[in-house]
Amino acid sequence: MATKKVTKKTKKHDKEIYFDYSATTPTRKEVLNEALPYFTEKFGNPSSFHKTGLVAKRVLQESRETIAKILNCEPVEIIFTGSGTESINMALKGIAFKNMIKNEGRGQGTFITQKTEHHATLETLQWLTKFGFNTIEIDVDTEGIVNLKQLKKDIRKNNQEGQPVLLVSIMYANNEIGTIQPIKEISEICHKEGVLLHTDGCQGAEYLDLDVTKLGVDMMTLNGSKVYGFKGTGLLFKKRKILIEPLIHGGGHEDSLRAGTENIPGIVALAKALTLAEKEKKKESARLNKLRNYMIKKIKKEIPRVLLNGSAKERLPNNVNFSFEGIEGESILLRLNEVGVRVSTGSACASQSLEPSHVLLAIGLPHGLAHGSIRFSLGKDSTKQKIDFTVRELKKSIKFLRMISPEWKGAKNKEAKK
Amino acid sequence: MKVENDDWFYTDEVKEHFMNPKNFLKDKKEVKNFNAYGKVGNMKCGDVMELWLLIEKNKIKDAKWRTFGCASAIASTSAMSEMIKGMTLNEALKLTAKDIMEKLKGLPAIKVHCSVLGDEALREAIKDYESNNN
Repeated sequence: MATKKVTKKTKKHDKEIYFDYSATTPTRKEVLNEALPYFTEKFGNPSSFHKTGLVAKRVLQESRETIAKILNCEPVEIIFTGSGTESINMALKGIAFKNMIKNEGRGQGTFITQKTEHHATLETLQWLTKFGFNTIEIDVDTEGIVNLKQLKKDIRKNNQEGQPVLLVSIMYANNEIGTIQPIKEISEICHKEGVLLHTDGCQGAEYLDLDVTKLGVDMMTLNGSKVYGFKGTGLLFKKRKILIEPLIHGGGHEDSLRAGTENIPGIVALAKALTLAEKEKKKESARLNKLRNYMIKKIKKEIPRVLLNGSAKERLPNNVNFSFEGIEGESILLRLNEVGVRVSTGSACASQSLEPSHVLLAIGLPHGLAHGSIRFSLGKDSTKQKIDFTVRELKKSIKFLRMISPEWKGAKNKEAKK
Repeated sequence: MKVENDDWFYTDEVKEHFMNPKNFLKDKKEVKNFNAYGKVGNMKCGDVMELWLLIEKNKIKDAKWRTFGCASAIASTSAMSEMIKGMTLNEALKLTAKDIMEKLKGLPAIKVHCSVLGDEALREAIKDYESNNN
């Protein structure tokens, strides 16, 4: 077949190409439709004794049961919250406050986490040091996988030295580089040492096994905004025997652990979203795995001097994260934005603090490469065509930005590798 | 920062200078056409800026640059390169970060340090010229 060469001009893709599903997902139509009646005709408060209230109470109960089945736990072990961040705060501070009550207001004990955790975990645990708690952040390797030997050693050391470990909190999968942690092995280590494990499962929920019994986790955080549910919804799975203090007081909601009238539409949406995710998990993960590998290969082939961040093997099916030598991520992001492609960056220039991503620094990237990182996170809408368009535009943007960059020494320069 | 525009984080002026930067040094071979050079870096965020000037009879005849950094760093260098052409060295030395920002119709507070690089590079280049010609 004869092909005619067409000169391509930079033009906006007729629709936006969204490659930022790890930031948030749109709500699926099926999910929205399921939740809509609970805004209007079925608007009741589950705490009311009349029929309107009972309708809400019933769907709350059913949603809890649905999710409990997916997680393979008891319904009472699900606490609905207002976000993943809140769930993480609840798990960590809930344990901390319980400990402080026992110790006349002073924190006694150690929390262990790892360096590439979400800020919700890192900042909460840093804050808890003000009350006397000890916080340890374990190192990761260059792929972002937590150092299990160090974990074991730190648990033992602190248990023996009178700063017993109250909780280990390690994420299931990383939001920036998509590295999947060996949660089962981690839970085995924790349990052997008699320590509880919480995992932040927000990024993995759409693609990974959520069976808490198989995983061996004692607590797990999930949220709606990463699984095509609603923003402002989340849950904490917490084993029955674990005692925590509530963060929000003011009623007996959620087993007296989270006061406030339940967000019924959001909870219905979360149950529906997780049900759909569970049903489609295998197929969608396989589809995205293929697309992800295609995109990684294509970027490596088309653009010189790039570095894939994260693990080649232990990687979420929807995560592609590259560093591009000699240029800065925000510039790439904004040029792609102009042609309709939405991505994110670990560059300091796009953060409020002007510090590059702590995740990229933790896996050992020098500042320059951390600055030049772009995350493409794939989702339901992603196709090969969209990847092709994106890589084409990416290549153009990078070529241009490298041309005006004093840090770019050319594709073959050895110095540029630093 | 207040969002005033749905599809762009910065002002339209920043966008124009970022998407279509003016006076950047396309080819290293052009360097020989200039007689002053300044390079500055921002340790904190890693931005680097290079500036080449052609100074004749105490006046800036031509200016070219290269910048590693975010959109506002690139845009502010581009805007500055337009502003300084034709200026006397005295006028150029009086150029402030605020002037560049005004030309761009403002930058988010956290980005202000980026445009500061532009006037610093300018001072470096003028210093370079003066040390070579005194």
